[in-house]
Amino acid sequence: MEFEHPRLARALGWFSLGLGLTQLAVPRQLSRAIGVGENPLLMRGLGLREIGTGVGLLARPRPVNWLWARVAGDVMDLALLGAAMRQQDTDRQKTLWASLAVAGVTALDAFAAMRLGRSLKEGVEAARRERGIPVEHSLAVNRSPAECYRFWRRFDNLPRFMKHVESIECEGNRSHWVVRAPGGTVEWDAEIVEDRPDDRIRWRSVEGSDVETYGWVRFEPGPQGRGCTVHVCLRYDPPGGALGAFFARLFGENPERQIREDMRHFKQVIETGEIPTTQGQPTGSRGLIGRTLAHGRHLS
Amino acid sequence: MKATCWHGTNDVRVEDVPDPHILNPRDAIVRVTSTAICGSDLHLYDGYIPTMMKGDILGHEFMGEVVAVGSAVKNLKVGDRVVNPFPIACGNCFFCQEEQFSLCENSNPNAWMAEKMWGHSPCGIFGYSHMLGGYAGGQAQFARIPYADVGPIKIPDGLSDEQVLFLSDVLPTGYMAAEACDIKPGHVVAVWGAGPVGLFAMLSAWLLGAGKVVAIDRVPERLQMAKEKCGAEILDYEQVDVLDALAEMTGGRGPDACIEAVGMEAHAPGLLGAYDKVKQALRLETGRPPALRQAIRACRNGGTVSIPGVFGGLIDKVPMGAIVNKALTLKSGQTHVQRYMAPLLERIANGEIDPSFIITHELPLEAAPQAYEMFRDKKDDCVKVVLKPWGDGAVGKVVH
Ligand SMILES: NC(=O)c1ccc[n+]([C@@H]2O[C@H](COP(=O)([O-])OP(=O)(O)OC[C@H]3O[C@@H](n4cnc5c(N)ncnc54)[C@H](O)[C@@H]3O)[C@@H](O)[C@H]2O)c1
Ligand SMILES: [Zn+2]
Ligand SMILES: [Zn+2]
Repeated sequence: MEFEHPRLARALGWFSLGLGLTQLAVPRQLSRAIGVGENPLLMRGLGLREIGTGVGLLARPRPVNWLWARVAGDVMDLALLGAAMRQQDTDRQKTLWASLAVAGVTALDAFAAMRLGRSLKEGVEAARRERGIPVEHSLAVNRSPAECYRFWRRFDNLPRFMKHVESIECEGNRSHWVVRAPGGTVEWDAEIVEDRPDDRIRWRSVEGSDVETYGWVRFEPGPQGRGCTVHVCLRYDPPGGALGAFFARLFGENPERQIREDMRHFKQVIETGEIPTTQGQPTGSRGLIGRTLAHGRHLS
Repeated sequence: MKATCWHGTNDVRVEDVPDPHILNPRDAIVRVTSTAICGSDLHLYDGYIPTMMKGDILGHEFMGEVVAVGSAVKNLKVGDRVVNPFPIACGNCFFCQEEQFSLCENSNPNAWMAEKMWGHSPCGIFGYSHMLGGYAGGQAQFARIPYADVGPIKIPDGLSDEQVLFLSDVLPTGYMAAEACDIKPGHVVAVWGAGPVGLFAMLSAWLLGAGKVVAIDRVPERLQMAKEKCGAEILDYEQVDVLDALAEMTGGRGPDACIEAVGMEAHAPGLLGAYDKVKQALRLETGRPPALRQAIRACRNGGTVSIPGVFGGLIDKVPMGAIVNKALTLKSGQTHVQRYMAPLLERIANGEIDPSFIITHELPLEAAPQAYEMFRDKKDDCVKVVLKPWGDGAVGKVVH
C-alpha cells in the first residue's frame, strides 16, 4: 500500500528545517525578535530539535509520529515562552505575539497528525478488507523439486518451520490447522485444490471457516538440475474485529520478514535436518541490555 | 565451567558459567584441551565488531576431546581427539557442497542481521558476535560444536596439541591467502603483517612455488621469525619506504602478489593515519586500511591482492583507480577451513610443516585477560598465545 505523501506534513517539515537553521545561525537576533533574553545555547539546542523533526517529516513517507513530535516540541516552546514572560528582561509585547504564533502552529500540527493518523488506519483496514494480506517469497534450496514436494505435501511437516503454526493434522486432501494466537489458538480446515507432484500444491480453507486462507507453493528446478527454487504465497483474509487484529499481529509489522524467516527454516530443515540454534547455550553474566534483548524475538 | 567472556572494549573476564550441552541432533561437546587467541579476537577486544553482548563467550580456535555426541553424529565417538574449524558449516547447502564452507547458508541463526549489513550472510562463527550467529566460543573448558559430523577432524596419536591446533584457523587461513594468489614458479609474494596469519601465508607461498617472499611489519621479533622460520626477506615499514624497497627488489615491476594479513586495526602512521584514526573513532569508517592501500599500490600490473585480514564494515580512500587501471585481482574471505584441514594435517603428520613455531606463550585460561592485552600490544615478544583451560601444559613463555 502506498499513500501519497501528505502535503501538509511536507510543508511543516520544510518549516521545521527553516526555523531550525535560523535558530542555529542567528540565535541572538531571533531571541531579540521574539523579545526574550539571549540564550544562544538553548536557542541552538531548540534549533537542532527542529532540524531533526524536519528531516524526520521529509524523509518518512507517512510521518505520523514526527507530526506528534512537532506537537510535543510546540508544547515545550510554549512552556519556555511562558517562563520567559516572567523574566525581567523580556519584551512582553513581542513574546505574546510569538506565543500566539506558536499556539497557531500547534493547532495546525495536531490537526495534521490526527488527520494523517486516521487516514492511515482507514487505508490499512480498507486494503486488508479488499485484498487480505498476501505475502510471497522465493528461495533457492539445495534439494530436488521431488524432495521438496514430498516434504511439503505432508502438511504435518509445516509446523516444523512455520513459527505460528502449532499443529496440522492431515488426511488425504484435507488438513486441520491450529495456529497460535495471542491468548489462545485459532483453528480451521483446509483442502488441497491443486496437486501436481514434484511441481506445485495449492490449498485453501474450506467454505465457512472462521479464517479464509489460501496458499500455494511451486518448486522450480534449479539451474543445471541442481536443487530448486521454492516459490510460496500465503494469503489470509481475516474477518473484522478481534480475529482481524490477531492476524495483523500474527504477521507483525512486517509479514515479508516473517515469511522470509519461515522459509529460511524450511530450507534448514530440509537441507540439514535441523534448525540451527543457540537457545540454551551457556553465557557469562549479561548486562542489563543483554538480559532485556534475550527475551526479544530473533536474537539468539 | 570456566569461560572467557567479552564484557566490553578492553574488558574480557574469565567467569564461571554453566556447562554446554547438546541442543541439536548434529551437535557434539568437546572438553577443550588447547585454545588460542587470534588476531580476529583483537577486533572484538578493541570493540570494532558490532553486535557483541556482555557475557558472550569468546574463542574460535580450539581443540579437545569429544565427551558427548548428538543422535545424528555417526562419525565421532566419545574419547576422539579433534581439532575444530572456526567456520560453522552444515555440509549440505550449495556453498558447502562447493567446499566454500565459510559461506554456508544454514549455520547463522541471525542471518537477517548480517543481511542488513552486507546484503547476504556468511556462515556462523564461534564466539564472533551475534551478527555471525551468537555462538558460544571455545576459550572455555567445554564447547558445543554444531554440525559436528562435518567440521571437526580427528587427530592421530603421536601429534601434540601444539602441532595441530592451528588447523582450526590460522594455518588454513595463511594457506588459502597464498593459494588465492595463483602463484607461478618464481613469483614474488609480499606479505603485510608478520602475525600468525602472515607467517603461515609466507610458508604457504613457498609451498606453492614462490621464488621470493617479502615480509612487511615493524615488530622486530615478528620480522625475525619471518626471516628465520619462513625464509622471508624483511622490511620494517618504519625504517624504509616500502613501495621503493619493493620496486627495488623486483626491477621496478612490483610483487606479483600482495597479501594483506593485517586487518582493520592496522598501525596507521602519518597524516592519513591520523585521518583514519579520527574517522574510525567517530565510526565514520569501521576500519583503518593503510596496509591494504599500500598493498594495492605496490602490486604489479595484473597482479593479485589477497586479503585474509578482516574488515567489518566500511573503509575510506581505497585506491580504486589503481585496482582498475592496473587490472588487479582482489581475493578475500573468511577461510573455508574444512577444505584445508585434511591435506594440511597430512603435511603436518609427514613432517613437512610444524606450525608450533609461532607459539610464544602457553598460559592457563585464567590468564586470558592479561594475554589479550599482551597479544594486542605485542608485549613480551608475544606472537601467539595458547590457553590451557585445565591448567596442564601451561608452561608460561615458550622457549624454542
Ligand atoms: N580471513 C580469515 O578467515 C581470517 C582468519 C584469521 C585471522 N584473520 C585476520 O588476519 C589478520 C591477522 O591476524 P593475526 O592473528 O596474524 O593478527 P596479529 O595482530 O598477530 O598480526 C597483525 C600484524 O600486522 C602488523 N601490522 C600492523 N599494522 C601494519 C601495517 N600498517 N603494515 C604492515 N604490518 C602491520 C602488526 O604489527 C602485526 O604483527 C587479522 O585481521 C585477523 O582478523 C582472518
Ligand atoms: Zn582466528
Ligand atoms: Zn552449509
